Amino acid sequence: MTDPEPRPAVAVVVFPGSNDDRDAAWALRALGADARLVWHGEERLPPETGAVVLPGGFSYGDYLRCGAIARFSPVMPAVAAFAAEGGPVLGICNGFQILCEAGLLPGVLRPNASLAFVCRDVTVRVERAEAPFTARCKRRQRLVIPVKHGEGCWYAPRDLVDELERAGRIVLRYDRGDNPNGSTADVAGVLGEGGNVMGLMPHPEHAVDPLLGSGDGALILASLVDAARDRLAVAV
Amino acid sequence: MRATILVRPKEGILDPQGDAVQESLRHLGFSVGAARIGRVVDLELDAGDPGAARAEVERMCEQLLANPLIERYEIELSER
Repeated sequence: MTDPEPRPAVAVVVFPGSNDDRDAAWALRALGADARLVWHGEERLPPETGAVVLPGGFSYGDYLRCGAIARFSPVMPAVAAFAAEGGPVLGICNGFQILCEAGLLPGVLRPNASLAFVCRDVTVRVERAEAPFTARCKRRQRLVIPVKHGEGCWYAPRDLVDELERAGRIVLRYDRGDNPNGSTADVAGVLGEGGNVMGLMPHPEHAVDPLLGSGDGALILASLVDAARDRLAVAV
Repeated sequence: MRATILVRPKEGILDPQGDAVQESLRHLGFSVGAARIGRVVDLELDAGDPGAARAEVERMCEQLLANPLIERYEIELSER
């Protein structure tokens, strides 16, 4: 008998200074993925990779600007190539910062407007419920997911924000009055140009079980696992 | 040859660090208007030709040292 739900491989890239890599892998495994930790020095992703996660942390000590150095890691050309082929890539917190610096996502993450490190649950609103990252959510659904960052203030110039809005590339917004960092237009998560790369500041991997305060993050990660499974089913 | 690169937040970009320093200076009794905080990068270069050196440092700024979305930069070259 074949496994009705095969476990798709999801690569979780480990940079020097990543610290949410193991939590991300744990959450992805709990949600049915075969999570593989991939050291940033690797020049290739595992050939059967169905999705990539760049986890949270403080890669390279946040030197120069958050994510500015990690984008030169040997693994990044492979991640960019995977994204160019349409593979789903999710950047969480520091992963979001890295994807912005690498030019795979629009905008840039700046120090929080309050200058304070913020560590608390926030409520985000799903602006778009589509594959590969939010297919398990409903549009306008509110998700409670924790943030923990000092530099999560996403910034983009007004005309770029308008363009993203028109293209439906703003996926998550902090609920009214619950923006923890002063991000432009309350943006909490955005898509790249092809719609298959996403970055978000909240940490879905820390909200996959109601015992931990919320299970809402599982909707995002399980959507990604679905997308990885679909991608591999097509490839086979 | 030595290059000094001044990287500054662009006009209109919120600079909470600068705001906090402005506030602190006022607490000390100094009368200051806006304070903005950037960063300085000093580089030693092998290049002998100032024109070529400047062009190279500009590429460094565009690719790594500054994020053109939020920062502008100035390059000063001097003999070692």
